Formats: sequence, C-alpha cells, structure tokens
Amino acid sequence: MIADHLPALQVVVPLLAAPLMLLVRRGGFAWLLATLVSWTALAIALALAFKVREAGTISYAIGNWPPPWGIEYRVDALNSFVLVLVSLVASVVAPYARASVAAELPREQHYLYFTMFSLCLAGLLGISITGDAFNLFVFLEISSLSTYVLIALGRNRRGLLAAYQYLVLGTIGATFYIIGVGLLYLMTGTLNLADLAQRLREVHEIRPVLAALAFITAGVGLKLALFPLHFWLPNAYAYAPSAITAFLAASATKVSVYVLLRFYFVIFGVPLVFGRLPMAEVLITLSVLAVVSASLVAVFQRDLKRMFAYSSVAQIGYITLGMGLANKAGLTGAVVHLFNHGITKGAIFLLLGGVALRVGSTSLARAAGLARTMPLTSFGIVLAGMSLIGIPGTAGFVSKWYLILGAIEHGYWGLALLLVVSSLIAVAYVWRFVEMAYFREPEPGAARLAEAPASMLVPAWIMVAACVYFGLDTSFPLEGARSAVTVLLGGAR
Amino acid sequence: MNLTGNYSYWVTIFIMIAGLYIVIARGNLVKKLIGLGIFQTSVYLLYIGAGKIIGGTAPILSPAFSTYSNPLPHVLILTAIVVGVATLALGLAIVVRIREAYDSIEEDEILEKDRIEDAGG
Amino acid sequence: MSADTLLLAALFIPVLGALAIAACDRWPDLRETVTLLTAAALLLCVLSLLGPVLAGAQPQLTLVQMLPGIALSLRIEPLGMLFALVASSLWVVNSIYSIGYMRANREAHQTRFYVCFALALACTMGIAFSANLLTLYLFYEALTLITYPLVTHHGDDEARRGGRLYLGYLLTTSIVFLLPAIVLTWAAAGTLEFTAGGILGSGLSNAGIGGLLALYMFGIGKAALMPFHRWLPAAMVAPTPVSALLHAVAVVKAGVFSVVKVIVYVFGVERISGLASVDWLPFVAGFTIIAASIVALRSDNLKRRLAYSTVSQLSYVVLSVSLLAPLSVLGAALHIAAHAVSKITLFFAAGAIYTASHKTEVSQLDGIGRRMPWTMGAFAVGALSLIGIPPAVGFVSKWYIFQGAAATGHSLVMLVLGASALLNAAYFLPIVYVAFFRPPAGADHGEAPLPMVFALCLTATLTVGLFFYPQIPLALARQLAGF
Repeated sequence: MIADHLPALQVVVPLLAAPLMLLVRRGGFAWLLATLVSWTALAIALALAFKVREAGTISYAIGNWPPPWGIEYRVDALNSFVLVLVSLVASVVAPYARASVAAELPREQHYLYFTMFSLCLAGLLGISITGDAFNLFVFLEISSLSTYVLIALGRNRRGLLAAYQYLVLGTIGATFYIIGVGLLYLMTGTLNLADLAQRLREVHEIRPVLAALAFITAGVGLKLALFPLHFWLPNAYAYAPSAITAFLAASATKVSVYVLLRFYFVIFGVPLVFGRLPMAEVLITLSVLAVVSASLVAVFQRDLKRMFAYSSVAQIGYITLGMGLANKAGLTGAVVHLFNHGITKGAIFLLLGGVALRVGSTSLARAAGLARTMPLTSFGIVLAGMSLIGIPGTAGFVSKWYLILGAIEHGYWGLALLLVVSSLIAVAYVWRFVEMAYFREPEPGAARLAEAPASMLVPAWIMVAACVYFGLDTSFPLEGARSAVTVLLGGAR
Repeated sequence: MNLTGNYSYWVTIFIMIAGLYIVIARGNLVKKLIGLGIFQTSVYLLYIGAGKIIGGTAPILSPAFSTYSNPLPHVLILTAIVVGVATLALGLAIVVRIREAYDSIEEDEILEKDRIEDAGG
Repeated sequence: MSADTLLLAALFIPVLGALAIAACDRWPDLRETVTLLTAAALLLCVLSLLGPVLAGAQPQLTLVQMLPGIALSLRIEPLGMLFALVASSLWVVNSIYSIGYMRANREAHQTRFYVCFALALACTMGIAFSANLLTLYLFYEALTLITYPLVTHHGDDEARRGGRLYLGYLLTTSIVFLLPAIVLTWAAAGTLEFTAGGILGSGLSNAGIGGLLALYMFGIGKAALMPFHRWLPAAMVAPTPVSALLHAVAVVKAGVFSVVKVIVYVFGVERISGLASVDWLPFVAGFTIIAASIVALRSDNLKRRLAYSTVSQLSYVVLSVSLLAPLSVLGAALHIAAHAVSKITLFFAAGAIYTASHKTEVSQLDGIGRRMPWTMGAFAVGALSLIGIPPAVGFVSKWYIFQGAAATGHSLVMLVLGASALLNAAYFLPIVYVAFFRPPAGADHGEAPLPMVFALCLTATLTVGLFFYPQIPLALARQLAGF
C-alpha cells in the first residue's frame, strides 16, 4: 500500500527528483518537475496531517528496521503542521520561480537552480519528519548546502560573500548541534528522538545534558537567526535570487524553530529547560532584544529586501518569545506565528521579486511611485505589511493576540507593552514603503514599467490572500497550533 | 576528576577551540575554511573516542572475541565526514567564484571594495 | 427579507457598491450614480431594520469563528442602530455634496475617493453592528486604514504630514492601549460579547477596573480625548466632504460610539458607578471640552476651528456617559446624532465657502453671508445647535446631559457645561455676525454649486427637524439607557 509509505515518500520524492534534473540538464523540465514535486509533497503533507488528526502519531521505520535501532520517521501534530507549511510554501514558490529565474540567472544555470531547490525542499522536509537526531543533522546539512549554492547563484557578486559567510556560520551551527547530540548519545546510548526523551528522564548526571542543551541551543539558534546570532541573515536574504529569499524566509528558519521546539519541550522537557536553567529568561531577553533592535534597524534600511530581512529577525523574535513564555497561550502564539509569518514574509518577498524583475532593484529609492506603475504589487506588499504589523483581520493579528495573552497570563505587563510597541515600529517601516510607493512621483522613464508577469503575481497574491484569509478564518492554523502545543506540553509531563 | 583517563576529550576540546579560533581570527577565506575543517574534525574525535573500547574489535560474532567496540559512532562519523568534505568542497568553490568576482580572497579587501562600490554608486 | 439577511446586506451593500464604483472608473456620471444608488440602498436597508429594532428585536449574525470562543459576529442593539441610521442617512446627503464639491474643485483620483468612501461606510456599519469587542476592533482598525487614502487625498507633502499624524495617533492608541485592554478583558472575563449590564463581573479589582477604563478611554483614539486629539485637526488636510462625513460623522462618532458601548456593555453602568477608581474620567473629558474650545476660539482657519469644536463636542459624549446615570447615557446617545447633523452642516458650509470663494480663514469671511445667504444661513443653524439654543437638535441632547449632571449632583460638570456653551457661542457667533453684518470685500461670487447648497440645506433642515421630531433617536436612546 502506497499510503503506508507516505512518510518516506514525503522526503524521497524531492530527493530523487534532484539527480533526475541533474541528468536531464534542461531548465524547463527541471522547473516542471520541481513544481510537480512540490505539489506532490504538499498532497502528501496534507494526507499525513489528516491521518495524524484521525489516528494519532504515525511511526514509520525506514527499511523496516524497528526503532530505536533503525531510523524512524515520526509524524505527530507538531511536525505535520511544519510539513504542511514547508510544502505549501514550496508549491507556491516553485511555479513562481520560472519567470523570476529566467530573468535573474543565465540559462545554463536554470536546471541547477531547480535541482538545488528540490534538494533544499527534501532537506527541510527531512528535518521536520525524521525521528532520529543524527538523521536530522544529515538533512540539516542537505538543506544548508543547497541553500548556500542557491544564495551564491544571486546576481549580485555580494551574494557570494553572503553565501560564504552563511556557509561558515551554518557549518559551525550544524557542528554545534551534532556535538550536542553526541553528548546526548554518550549519556543515553540512543539517537532516536522519542527514545532519547524517555531515557533522558533516567539520566542523573545532569551536567553533560546541560552542556548538550547549550550546544544545541547555540547551534540551532545560529540556523534560526536567534538574536544575536542573526548576522548572516540580512545579507543572505538580500542577495539571494528572489524566489529563494521568499522560500527561505518562509520555511528554512521556521524548520529550525521547529527543531528547537522539539528539543526543548519534547526531549529535554520543561522541568529541565525552564526549571534547572533560566532558559525562559534568556529566551525572553534575547527575543525582546531581537524584536526591538531588528525592527529599529529595519526602519533605517535603504533596501526593501534588507528591510524585510531585518523584519524577519524581529519576527523570529516573536516566535522565540512565545517559546520563552512556555505557557499554552504563548506557545500557541509561537507555533501559529511560525505559520503566519511564513505566509506573510513569503508574500512580501515574492512580491519584491516582481519589483526586482521590473524595476531592476529593490532599493527603497527606486520604489518611488511604484503604486502608479505596479499597483497590484504595491497593494499586496501593503496588505502583507499589515499582517506584519498585526492589524486585526490579518494573520499576524492572531499570533500577536496569543503572545499578548501569554504575557498577561504570566503577569509580564512590561512585556505585553513591549509587544504592542514593537508593532508600532513595524508600522514605521511598512509606512516608509507606503509613502515611497504612493506619495512619490515615478522616476522619469519608469512610466513604461508594467506589473510583474501573471505567473509571478498569482502565486504572490495567493500568499497575500492567505494572510487575510487566515486572519479571519483562523481555524486551520489555530487547530494545528493547538494540537501541536498539546504535543509540546503533553510530552513534557 | 580523572584527567588522563579523559584525555581524548581534552584533545577534542583543544581541536574544537583551535579550529573555531582560526575561523574567527583569520581574514583569508581559504584559511577560514581550513579552520572550519579542523573544527569539524573535533566532532569526529568526540564520537569515535566514545565508541572505542581499547582491545575491542568490530562486532563480528565469533567465539574468539569477547569485547566489541560500538560500531554505530563509526558509521555516523563516516556520514559526518562525507558532509564535511561536501561542505569544504562547496566552500572552496565559492571562494574560487569570489576570487573571480573580487580578485581577492581577503575578507577585509572584499568588504573595502563593497564599500567603495556603495560610495560610488 | 429577514432581519439577518438585512444585517448582512448592511455590511455588503457598501462593499459591492465600492466594487461597482471601481468598475465604472471611466464613466464619471455612471460612477456617481452608482455611489448615490449605493448610499440610498444602504439607507433603505438600515431603515427597514429600524422597525424590528424599535420593537425590541436584536437580529444577530455570526460571520466566521475568528479565535476560539470569539466569533466575528454582528448584532443590532439600539445604540448601534442609532449610529448606523445617522451614518447611512448622512452618507446619502454627503454623496450629493461630494459630487458637487469634487467636480467644482476638479479633484484628482475621484474613483479612489468614492471607493474608499464606500468602504469606510462598510467599516462604519461593521462598527455599529458589532456584537463583540473583537469585531468592533477589527472594523475600527479597518476604518482607520481605509480613511487614510481619503485624508491624504491630495498626495502632497502637507497631506503626507497630516496622514502621518492621523495614522500615528490612531494606530498608536489603538494598538498600544486598546488591544491590550481587549486582551485583558478576555483574560479577566472570558468573553468579549457586548452584554447589557457589562461582562467584567468580579474578575478585576477596583483599581484594575480603573486602569482598564483608562486603557479603553485613551485607546479609543477616535474619541479624541486629550492628549490624543491632535490627529483630528491634522486630518483636516482632507477634501471637505471627507472632513464632513468622516470627521463629523463616521470616524469620530465611531470613537465616541465605542466609548459609550464599552462603558454600557463591557463595564456596565451599574457595576462601575460610585467606584472611586473611575471618577477621573469626567475631569479629563471636562478639561478636553474647555481646552479644545479655547483652542477653537484662537484658530483663524475655519476648518481648524471646526475640528477643535469637534474635539470639544466629542468630549460632551464622553463626559455625559461617564456620569453613569441613565439620563446622561441617554443624553450621550442623543448627542452622537445631534452633533453629527449639526457638525456636518458646518463642514458643508465651510466646503461651500471654499468652493465658491477659496476662502479658508475666519478673518476673510466679512460679508460673505450676503453673497451666500443659504450657506451661511445653514451655518448659523448648525452653530446654534452646537451652542444648544432651540429650535435645534443640539438643545435636546444638551438638555438631557444637563439633567443627568443635575441628577448625579455633579456641580462641577454643570459648570463646565455652562462655560462651554458660552465658549461655543464665542467662537461661532462672531462668524455669523461678520458674515451677515460686515460689508463684503473682494471679488463677487455667488453660492456654491447646487448639489452642495442642496445638501447643506437638507442637513440644516434636519438639524431643526430633529428638534421638533426627536422621536426615533429618543426611542433608541431610551432603549439603550433602559427606560
């Protein structure tokens, strides 16, 4: 039965598609295959999510080696949610990429681009689905290596240095992670995540475990751009090809957040992370610094892609803030923001890809009068920007609601105030775009500019529509988040 | 604390820190990658050191052997070495492209060129 | 049609109208016809809801489950009905006026103007009929954003500055104060539904209630309680029809409407009356009334003077509801309607003066009443109403507010009311005086275009008419106050 092998297929399909593209060496074919693969992945992810909701956690033994000896793929409410997010973003980005890539890369690189895209997708899905700590590392590296290549493909030569820096930091992060896993392995003799969680309860020599926690936090923190480990992110996002920026912003950091969630709440457990160590205080402090400082930096950026890249650092701060709150409302806010920020940033970067295509640059100054020349693109950015701010009726509002509720439940009044004040900083940077696009005259000669091609505009607007839709009818992301939180908090007790 | 008994860990930590130091302190992009490689090597040692039992053999069931080393860390590290090689290769490839684009592999020179470009454009 | 369908229609007629207006971009005549038709349809829709509501029905409709336990839902209660009635009927008049104004002044982007206008009305209906705080908040924010393009209509630097202030004040207050207040209410009460008698129960200490009230009162920035009033004069950079409808009717009234609604249905008048932690509110409102009147007195720009007069009049509503007596709540509700018709007349007149003579300052108005007798006549009616002189509707609402103050024994409030009436007279009557009794100066001109004059005469008539026939608003206000 093919339905029984869905967990394996989730990863194998994009993984096998990549070498196929490499063999055929045709850009058009690679694009078609990448699109099909993404859609298949989405279908599988949805099927898995449905199955998980019906029948509970799915455990799949790779090669029929029973866990904890063999590698287990384990799908529960938490990672099926992440799988849906990643494959959803991929299936929107893939059709979009064709026109964008055609404009940004030389012809002979097209098939490479889609090969790397499929590999990256396979890696991200693998990270999310696997139940094995070392397997997770391998997928982490698969997705990272392909990401470095994709960033280096960017038109600007600065993309090379950005890719290099990301490579160095990313490798350090992954190595830290594997050191942490090694320490855990030394203490427990297992790499299976579920098994690890059980056996860690019986470990009495706590110090190596704490060291492992520190290594994993630093390692994964680097990958998810936890403040102050975020320095690779703005350059990487700014110089990567447009479609890749959208894909990475919407999925890669989110998957790393998932890894951290999994380790904190399921494997180490709340008593250890938040009881023995002051991780709540650390996380909240770092998140607050991220939210405030990165938002402020975003206000003063002169390039739109960089502006929204810094905004990503801030928005990741919201997610880690919810983690630090570690109560039901806070975690719901974190998980739902994972999704909401994914679609919001995805929408913005997809639209900016259209701007890059038509205007030739994403600098703020060149966006003057953009509303005149590219009205749909501009309006889309404004709508998604409102979701970043957290205006009610957009997805961002839902996350903010839960985060504030979480802060209030703890009695952290200052934090609640900070959350709302930081939204105002978001207003400031979104409004810099609005005033530039709507109140300036287009540059002379810009009048000929047209909207982005439909193949780019439609996927981007699907994301924008999702931002609004999931702000009004929140049942899908919220139900997903709530059952994910049950996994997180249930696993801890 | 048994210092001599845990000496493999001391070596591991020394290599780890040394590698990390090179990555941070060197401006030459190739040297940074060398540091990165050294840094990753420490992990190999961490796993292998833990899996090795002195006098132990590979897990081949035979009446001649009674102690076995844990093979799993070896397998894992084989994978990690492959990953490390791939990372190094990719890193070097990017450095080659950087040299083509900037005519330099010194980080400060490259950043200086970017600054000049910013000021000029 | 059933009441539920009508309720939905009230929300969607303006939205559909906006789409139709956008589609008619290239045919201005058709576009303006569609605008008028939409406005008329909305008024009809609201009017047909009036009967059931007067009979005591409260039609209800849930649109979508937004958060667990909190739906996006609509329900009509008397105050919302009153607000919707005021807004929808004045939109019809305003549309007539807009057509005259926008054409005579050759404004650009007229389609965008009418589209945003219609959408703003949809938001207003949403606010008026909201069944819970979250729905109210959603439409409240949407109204801020959709009116931003209207405020910055001219698109120049001045408009941008005004827009920044407008958005800055309204978003800051609503995000920093109102949103936490709503979350706090949810955390304390477990519900956000507007319920007669309030929902807070005993979940909060008295000091907590006082703090929450402060969050709400300053969070609802559209009520322009000092020190968060500066957006209102800043928004006067907008074309006059926008100032008229949005800043005399929809936006500011959405503010005071929310204030009344929150106090009556979230806090509960009886729950908080007599609490020491809430008795600061009349003082803040009273201060705003006097201070804004003094600023108005010193403003030479006509629209700015009207804006500050609005700030002051809005605080009448806040002051009177904060007295927490049934009579004063009734007065507050009535004043929402009374101020709307009076102030829109004044703005219409200001716009007509600008269109006919391009005069914007009070000091330029010598003798203009002789050239524009209809306009200035209407202006005089509006001014009398706001001062509180019969036969104008302003007298009715002030009468109830005064009675409420007397019933609660607030002598200071009565003093404020008296002083403010004098101040109102001091900044309005000189305009009327110079317009009619000074010799005219400068080039001769006649009245503004006919649609504008027609519209402002209509609202002036309404101002007087409601004095003689206040039955409908009075009945609704009585239902609200529980007589």
